[in-house]
Amino acid sequence: MAKQHVVTTINGNAVEFLCDTRQTLLEVLRDELHMTGAKEGCGTGDCGACTVNIDGRMTCSCLFLGAEAQGKNINTIEGMAMGDKLHVLQRKFLEHAALQCGICTPGMLMAAKTLLDNNPDPTEEQTRYWLAGNLCRCTGYNQIIDAVLDAAKELRGAKA
Amino acid sequence: MSEMRYEAPKTAEAAVALLAGASGVAKVLAGGTDLLIQMRGGRVEPELVVDIKGIPEMRTITAENGGFRLGAAVTAMEMNEHAAFSKAWPGLTEAAMLIGSYQIKGRATVGGNLCNASPAADSVPALIAAGATATIVGPKGRRDAKVEDIATGPGKNSLAKGEIVVSFLLPARPANSGDAYLRFIPRTEMDIAVVGAGINLTLDGKGVCTAARVCLGAVAERALLVQPAADALIGTKVDDAAIAKMGAAVSAACRPIDDKRGTKAFRIKVSGVMARRAAAIALNRARGKN
Repeated sequence: MAKQHVVTTINGNAVEFLCDTRQTLLEVLRDELHMTGAKEGCGTGDCGACTVNIDGRMTCSCLFLGAEAQGKNINTIEGMAMGDKLHVLQRKFLEHAALQCGICTPGMLMAAKTLLDNNPDPTEEQTRYWLAGNLCRCTGYNQIIDAVLDAAKELRGAKA
Repeated sequence: MSEMRYEAPKTAEAAVALLAGASGVAKVLAGGTDLLIQMRGGRVEPELVVDIKGIPEMRTITAENGGFRLGAAVTAMEMNEHAAFSKAWPGLTEAAMLIGSYQIKGRATVGGNLCNASPAADSVPALIAAGATATIVGPKGRRDAKVEDIATGPGKNSLAKGEIVVSFLLPARPANSGDAYLRFIPRTEMDIAVVGAGINLTLDGKGVCTAARVCLGAVAERALLVQPAADALIGTKVDDAAIAKMGAAVSAACRPIDDKRGTKAFRIKVSGVMARRAAAIALNRARGKN
């Protein structure tokens, strides 16, 4: 198999890896780098469980080759909490019971963080559309939307 | 499974040399939102993948001859964020922004949408209605082609071996012009067009339509540019009678299939409805309203 040498940045750390040219970034993260936060739901870009942030854009890591990661700045769910201190979004997901089985949660959190990075005061409708690419089969979404809007409110207050 | 070579050239000419020199299946990788799914499903097993996102002319939007040069590997999100481009071509921008989730819109490109040649591609009818020209680089050099001549049928395009679409020229916009794209899907988001309709028109100072292009998606083997529909608008004030005549011409031109997303009869009827609604939006834009 053709191996590709890739130098990239993941959660602020310089990372080098060898991957097969056919491997997706999701497979590299999980199988080569043992970062299993990003989940494979569908593997075809429909469910959003593998969402990571690449150069400021949220991206399905199942639709991104490992080889394409060369020189990119990647953020994953593993970089969201600061040690034991949860990110506001993570804490709000717990407070609002915005997860049950948890498979969608890492992707949901990465997508929600990208939303709040770009728009600190989203409407409920904007939030629902932004998260339309993240499927959850447990919660019915309302708790997730509540958690994201509550986190946005707290983050705005912290900045004021 | 055989080996696959991954290359990320920095110029279109270098990409063409790689593609033209490949002995087996060679594929262009832009946003990957179609190609990686096809690879995963085993429908395509490339020997070579050429990632063209390192080619500057394919990744930028620049002013040219009073219009815009749109790189073929510019993403839907980047088009939407380009204030001058999205203001000049709101219909085309909205069409691209209908493609998938925000994760997908951040990767998916107009060039990919065109060359993948799905009859239901959302950005393609809008691009054709806009009168865009594709610039193609190949082993014999550069050439220009009308966008409507690129896709030929489901998954098939007219590009020769080694050719890639590098950019599109969106022509200079006359005053009082507007474009719009609408599609029918049985839900509000995240679906494939059952019918799509793109319209672009220009009015003179008295409100008479001097130019129009009407293009439909998902009602034939490829996007359909419908001249009789445009003719129904040109020379009129785009009043209700003209719009009704245009809608009838649209329905008459459709040659759709029955499938799980819609029946033939439904598509023929709804194509006229979508075209009439899109014409009303394009008209308002040409008149300077929203």
